[in-house]
Amino acid sequence: MTCRELVRLITDYLEGGLSKRDRRRFERHLRDCDGCTTYVEQMRETVRLAGVLSEDDLAPQARDELLEVFRDWKS
Amino acid sequence: MSAAAFALPATEMAATRSTRLLSLTKCAANRSRADDRAVVAALCNGDERVFEGLVERYHRSLVRIALTHVHDGAIAEDVAQETWIAVLEGIERFEGRSSLKTWIFTILANRAKTRGGRERRQLPISALAGDDEPEVPLDRFLPPDDPHRPLGWAAPPRAWPEERLLSGEVVERVREAIAQLPTAQQAVIGLRDVEGLSAEEVVAALDISAGNERVLLHRARSRVRRALEEYFDH
Repeated sequence: MTCRELVRLITDYLEGGLSKRDRRRFERHLRDCDGCTTYVEQMRETVRLAGVLSEDDLAPQARDELLEVFRDWKS
Repeated sequence: MSAAAFALPATEMAATRSTRLLSLTKCAANRSRADDRAVVAALCNGDERVFEGLVERYHRSLVRIALTHVHDGAIAEDVAQETWIAVLEGIERFEGRSSLKTWIFTILANRAKTRGGRERRQLPISALAGDDEPEVPLDRFLPPDDPHRPLGWAAPPRAWPEERLLSGEVVERVREAIAQLPTAQQAVIGLRDVEGLSAEEVVAALDISAGNERVLLHRARSRVRRALEEYFDH
């Protein structure tokens, strides 16, 4: 596997979508390649950082409106 | 990994792992069905905090899905709000044949489709066309006829400074990078990585093929990684 190919296949790898054979090729390449090891780490870090965004609070206006909806429904 | 695990032949190890995974998934499904029943009962009793919890968990996802149909933030908010009304009005008829989450998303998808009307949806055709930007600029790889490492790194990525990864500024860069993605990529990375839906849930919510979901996710993640790289390297 070349570095270029690894970069193309990385999401299939991280999402568990590679065939057993490609997964082995992928991991074998990683063992010998610092550049690709860093690349995979950066991709995992990117996914983790995206997850941090979900901690954003809902816009107060949206929340208030929805609670209003709930109170109307309840009464 | 323990020495004992190492001693197992690879195939056996994989089998053990997948059996364990399967039973874990089953447990999770059972537990979430029980949670769903508790949530439904609480809603029927008018428990506002439970409703607020649901809104916290799913409202942003609903808006993201709606945006792939209606292309206008205010209308997407509207559609999501209508969905909550429909959820409340239908809650007593919820039979638990699907999970509560899937049920809510299905209501949203139907409403968003109706609202989107004849306007052609941007997914998936135009979402996949006209975007063949490589994950990494091609000049960062050696040429295919390089005698030593064809298509190996010419300019490998440099490790990111760990202490800066915790800064709020980095999270801001991620937010900006996602906001600049084409709609379909934004929806997929938003649901999968930001809101933490499973790939299957994203496929169902956006009504796209598993293959398209994977391609869109790949493009989105690759671009966000590049934006971070530019940020760290400059």
